[in-house]
This record gives sequence, C-alpha cells and structure tokens, in this order.
Amino acid sequence: MNSVILQLATPYVRSLLIFFAFVALLRGHNNPGGGFIGGLLAALAIVFSSFAFDRRPVQRKLKIKPGGYVAMGLVFLLLSFSPSLLKSQMLMEGVWVTIPMGILGELNVGSPLLFDIGVFMAVIGVTLMFFFTLTNRK
Amino acid sequence: MATVALPILFPFLLILVFVVIKSSRAAQIVGVLGSASLLAISLFLFIQVNEQGILTLNVGGWEAPMGITLVVDHLSVIMLIVTSFIVFAISIYAIGFMVGNHKTNKFYIFFFALIMGVNGAFTTGDVFNLYVWFEVILISSFVLIVIGDSKEQLEGGIKYMALNLIGSLLFLAGLGLLYGETGTLNMAHLAQILRTSEHSLLINSSTTLFFIAFGIKAAVFPLFFWLPASYHTPNITVTALFAGLLTKVGVYALMRFFTLFFIQDQVFWLNVLLVVAGFTMVVGGMAASAHYDIRRILSYHIISQIGYMIMGLAIFTPLAIAGAIFFMIHNMVAKTNTFLIAGMINKLKGTFYLKDIGGLIKQSPLLAVLFIIPAFALAGVPPLSGFFAKFILFKAGAESEHYAIVAVAVFTAMLTLYSMVKIWNEAFLKESPTKEFSAKGVLLKIPNKLSFIHFLPSIILGLGTVFLGLFAQSVYQFIAEAANQLIDPEIYINTVLNINMQ
Repeated sequence: MNSVILQLATPYVRSLLIFFAFVALLRGHNNPGGGFIGGLLAALAIVFSSFAFDRRPVQRKLKIKPGGYVAMGLVFLLLSFSPSLLKSQMLMEGVWVTIPMGILGELNVGSPLLFDIGVFMAVIGVTLMFFFTLTNRK
Repeated sequence: MATVALPILFPFLLILVFVVIKSSRAAQIVGVLGSASLLAISLFLFIQVNEQGILTLNVGGWEAPMGITLVVDHLSVIMLIVTSFIVFAISIYAIGFMVGNHKTNKFYIFFFALIMGVNGAFTTGDVFNLYVWFEVILISSFVLIVIGDSKEQLEGGIKYMALNLIGSLLFLAGLGLLYGETGTLNMAHLAQILRTSEHSLLINSSTTLFFIAFGIKAAVFPLFFWLPASYHTPNITVTALFAGLLTKVGVYALMRFFTLFFIQDQVFWLNVLLVVAGFTMVVGGMAASAHYDIRRILSYHIISQIGYMIMGLAIFTPLAIAGAIFFMIHNMVAKTNTFLIAGMINKLKGTFYLKDIGGLIKQSPLLAVLFIIPAFALAGVPPLSGFFAKFILFKAGAESEHYAIVAVAVFTAMLTLYSMVKIWNEAFLKESPTKEFSAKGVLLKIPNKLSFIHFLPSIILGLGTVFLGLFAQSVYQFIAEAANQLIDPEIYINTVLNINMQ
C-alpha cells in the first residue's frame, strides 16, 4: 500500500496504540484489558506501520526479533510462578506487595502483573511471527 | 497435589531450554530425554491415581467453582500416558527424519508447546481453560505444519487454520451461552447444576455449538475436511504426531462433555452421535480405499477410525465407553506407527505414491514386519490390540441391540483391511517398478539407507501394540474403572467440589 495519508498518520496512530497497549496491560487485573489484549494492540502498532510503509524496513528496524519477544514472555511467565513457590503457597497463588509512593499514595503490585507482562510479550511475538510469515512472498 | 500440574509445567520448562540451546544435536538429545521424563511423570501420576483416586489442584489457591481446577481422573491419566508414550517415540523419530532445511530448535519449541496444550486439555477441569489449551494446540500445530516454508505447506496450513478457527469460534460461543445460563465454568459445578436443571432449551443450543466445535476438532463426518487437506503436507514426523494426538483431543472433549453434563436430551443427542459415527466410519473408509498416496490413505483412515470411538460414546453403556477408550488408546499407538512407517518407505523409495513403490519385502524385511504389526492391529487381527478394542465395541453394540451400527462397523473393518492389504501389496509384495520418473513425472530421488535409529521408534510403538493385546485383561480393568467414572460422575463432582460424601 502506498498512501500518503496513511504514512503521515502512522506515527501518531502507532504511539496511541502503544500507549493504550500499556493502559490495557496495567488495568487488566480487575478491569477489561490485560496482557492478551495489550499484546494484540502493541503488535497492531507494528503491523500498522508495515502496511503504511513496507514490511521489510519495519522488520529490519525491530530491535528485538519476534522470537525474542516470545522467549522474554516465557521467562516472565516463569518468573510469575516463582513468588508463590518461594513462599510455599499454592502454585500461581498471587503474592502482593504494597510500595509506599510518598504523596502519590500507595502502589499495590502483585505477581499476577508478571504473568500479564509475560502474556503481553508472548502475544506480541507470536502475532508478529504469524504476520511476517504470512506476508513473506518469496 | 502439585504433581498434577507437572504434565503442563514440564513441557513449558523444556520450551525455555530450547530457546537457549543453539546446537541441533543438543536439542535432539534434550528432546528425547525430556519426553522420557514426561513419560515418567505420567506413570507416576498413574500410580498416584491408582492409590488415591481422582487428583485435583486448585491453581492459584482459588477454591473449586471459582478458580481453575486441574483434575486427573482415570481417563485423564490414561490419555496422559499414551500421549507421552507416543511423544517419546516421535522424539526419537525426529532425530532421523527432522533433517534438511527444517529449523530443528524451532521444531522442538513448538513440538513441546503442542504437548503442553494436549496435556493441558487432558488435565483441565474448567471449560474456558480447555478453550485456552485448544488455542495453544491450534497455534503450535499451525507453526509445525508450515515449518518447512513450502508453498504446499502454507496452503495446507491455512486450510487447517481457517476451519479450526471456525471450530474455536463456535466453542467460544457455546461457552458464553453456557456461562450465561449457569454462571459457572467449572466442569464439575456445571454438571452439578445441569443435572438438576430443567432449562433444556438454552443448554441444547450450547450443546449444538459444542458438538460442532468438537466435531471439527475430532474430524467427524461432515466436518472433517481440514484433515485430508492438510495432513499430507508437513514433514512426516509432524504428521505422525498429529495423527496420534490432535483428533483424539476432540474425541476426549466429546466424551467428557457428553458424559458429564450434556445429558438433558440424552436420547436425541446419542442418536445424533450414532448417525455421525456411522457416516464417519463409512465415508472415511471409502475415501481411504480410493487413494494411492500412503499419507492420504492413512489420513482418511484416521477419520474412519474416529467413527468407532464416537460409536462407543453413542451406545453409552459402561462396556461401550470402555470399548471407546480402549479403541482410542489402540488407535493412537497403531496409527502413529503406520505414519512412521510411511516416512521410512518414503526415505527408502523417495516417494509416498504407491504406484512407484514396490519390492520392499526383499529390500527391508524388518520394515515389512514392523508394518504388519500396526496394520494387523488396525484391521483387528487377534491377539493384537485392535481385535480386543473392536470386540468390546461390537459386544457392547450387540448387547444394547444397536445392530445397525455394529453392521456398519463390521463393514468398515473390511474397508480397513482392504486399505491395509492395498498398502501391503503395492509397497511390499509387488515387484519394484524400474523407472526413473514417477507416474506424475517427478524424478525419483536416490534411495537412502535406513539405520537402527530410524527403526527404533516404530519398534517401540509396535511393542506397545503387542503389549496392549497381550495384557488386554489388565488394561481393560483400569479402563473399565475409567468408564464407570464417566457414566456415573458422582465421585468426580464430589472430589472436585470438595463435597464430603456421607
């Protein structure tokens, strides 16, 4: 596709998509969203720029290859198991810590977030892997 | 019982190992060792189930109807053992056959991702979790199909993906309806609610959706088209793996759902299953006898055999369900084995096309013996496993006066025998055609030699088939226990929901 409008709009749309990907990721524990949807949004940002420009330069510019995303996602998933095992709780039971943030109040962080980040990265990786495989014309 | 999660967690750890490993030789060794450990894990679970009955694990510490429960009962543990047995054989096979331009590490990553999905589907006690495992299976099997990057594989892969995605979508829709009606997704809790509920209208719509979804996965008539369209394209190692596992996950899900909670309009649904079973058998068998590519014959033949399993479920007596489970085990082992042999024939002759093959009985007598075992087992010759599987099913059918389906099954057994004899005559007995070009005008490749490592997996599976036949009595006792649990799921429900039985 070679559309000037799409090419000019892409940087803005891309930033918005990535921003909302993180919003979806972070609010996902108790609200609609989460790692899977966040990951799809983030992958969509890259798919979008490959539509606007060409697939090849976008693929080359990626600092982390799709396989790398999947691997990092899997490592995060593994990390999310470890707090519950270290505290000898039931497997994958949530471990929560409260971090005081001064005037901002308190931040409640738990091991489910690690799981969500793992899913987030794995979904980005797998989606890009599919996309680049299917658009690869030899 | 954290051991219940091991069949899922262990393949997951292996995937991480394969991401790190660079050398393909190391990957092959880890693959064999890993699947051997998986076999050990499932045997350990088998011992535990034998001692303590149904094992459960509430993941994340959320109690039963709220969180995701992993449940290992008799049927699950049987499926886990057979799965890891096949996976063990195929991991050895991959050393000899997953060579060339294939990316070894990528293959192993998705190989074990597939195993993780299959094991997850067999152990989960939650309907939505089952959907997630189906997706894991679907994604990893798609990658495995297209791993060789050829145009043919991409075409097969897309057909496979498209038809299975429709199945997943219907699954999700049915799941949503079920959740809307009952407010729960835990299988035991669903069973508890639906066994006392009067609202059969909404349940029936959701049953229909689930039936089509699992029917697509299990490749029953008339939803099987994805299977022959895709199974002949990937590397034969991948096809053998699919033949052993994929459709059986669908059959397992059908068995679980139609015994546990879709019992509102049971007479109607069992009749539907019965008709579907009959058509699946005959259509699969007839299509198999029309083809000359070994992989296509065997692919259609998978479909025909699925019919027998559905037949056992549809007759719905303890004996028939036991027969269906026995048939499933026997079929998983023998069917995978025939695909392994097809791969070896291809390696010796450079083609899968029967017309261009011949004289194998002189060229490799060992291969002929190895082919005879699963072929006779599939045809139902005593004392191999297939004889007992079919005998139990026919007996159950005759006892419950389902004479028509038994007649169809006997007729299909003839078709099976015909297909196996065709492969035997064309590939083994006939003189080898002395020509350089195949009937399709392709230059025949220079034949390779087979070494022991190529034969070993087929020997292992062949011994499995013989074992199933010789020790049919003890195997049957455990299976009968599983069938009783399915027919009368009181214990399952009570164990999962932690209800004290007085």
